[in-house]
Amino acid sequence: MRPVSAENSAAAPHKQRKVLAVASGGGHWVQLQRLIPAFEGHRVVYVTINPVYERDVPESKVYIVNDATRWDRVGSLLLALRILWILVRERPQVVVSTGAAPGCFAIILGRLFGARTIWLDSIANIEQMSMSGVMVRRYSQLWLTQWPHLAAPDGPEFAGKVF
Amino acid sequence: MIFVTVGAQMPFDRLITWVDDWATAQQRDDVTAQTGDSTLTPRSLSVVPFMDPPSFRRHMQEATAVVAHAGMGTILTALELGKPILVVPRLGDRNETRNDHQVATARRFAADGLVLAAYDEAEFAASMAQLEQRPSGSRIGSRASDGLLARLRGFALDEGWPPPLSAGTDS
Repeated sequence: MRPVSAENSAAAPHKQRKVLAVASGGGHWVQLQRLIPAFEGHRVVYVTINPVYERDVPESKVYIVNDATRWDRVGSLLLALRILWILVRERPQVVVSTGAAPGCFAIILGRLFGARTIWLDSIANIEQMSMSGVMVRRYSQLWLTQWPHLAAPDGPEFAGKVF
Repeated sequence: MIFVTVGAQMPFDRLITWVDDWATAQQRDDVTAQTGDSTLTPRSLSVVPFMDPPSFRRHMQEATAVVAHAGMGTILTALELGKPILVVPRLGDRNETRNDHQVATARRFAADGLVLAAYDEAEFAASMAQLEQRPSGSRIGSRASDGLLARLRGFALDEGWPPPLSAGTDS
């Protein structure tokens, strides 16, 4: 076991990391944008579902994938393959997502590639974690809710909101 | 200008009809509505079916008040830009969305005083009268809370790798 040295990390010089930031459209995308200041000084590559969002991050590389529901097997397979291709090309050290389907696949496959994985459940999920959130639980090393009343020692962690 | 928006995923004709009836009764000609894939032809609204994000933000900036479904992207943008916002949640059993998560959002954000919320047409008309009396001014910043940002940064960029999926495999 390696010693945990979180306290020293802020002072230690760190090399630039690549962060794959994944969200579908609408509120998921808006919430993802609000997390990006956390990764200042590092390289952020985006994955989303509609090229209109490229205008929100004109300086960054953006991959466009299809969205898929759980019932759409062909769409889900296509989405998984596209995410796999992006992971092979980009080799991110960190995968972060606010949902939904594209983030789900990115977290699961990203974990298999050895990336650190972060799931932040949408602030819209007030009464329980989202279905995608539950699906990625095993693969999310940091599994976050935005509502303190949903946090539990053996459940999601609360560390703050997107505002 | 009052800006009405229902998002891009599905139409929300119940809300558009309420707003149109209100605007007609009040003889308002300064209401612009992003209606999505709707078949309605409102009498008193300027309709734009879809908008890209910059155009959406511009309309929001120019508005004195916002009326919307209880979508999180819309709520966060209105609060950041300091626009008073009235939300009407989409209902799952009317097939306006897949479940009632927007009802929970509307109740919670209204309870925190961040938005006005209306659940039927009478309440909607009463809330419209209040909406334009609400003060403008940013309610939230443009980024996540400091605590959340610090947690993300510490976790993602910490030099010591976090615990593996199952403990004890680190050999």
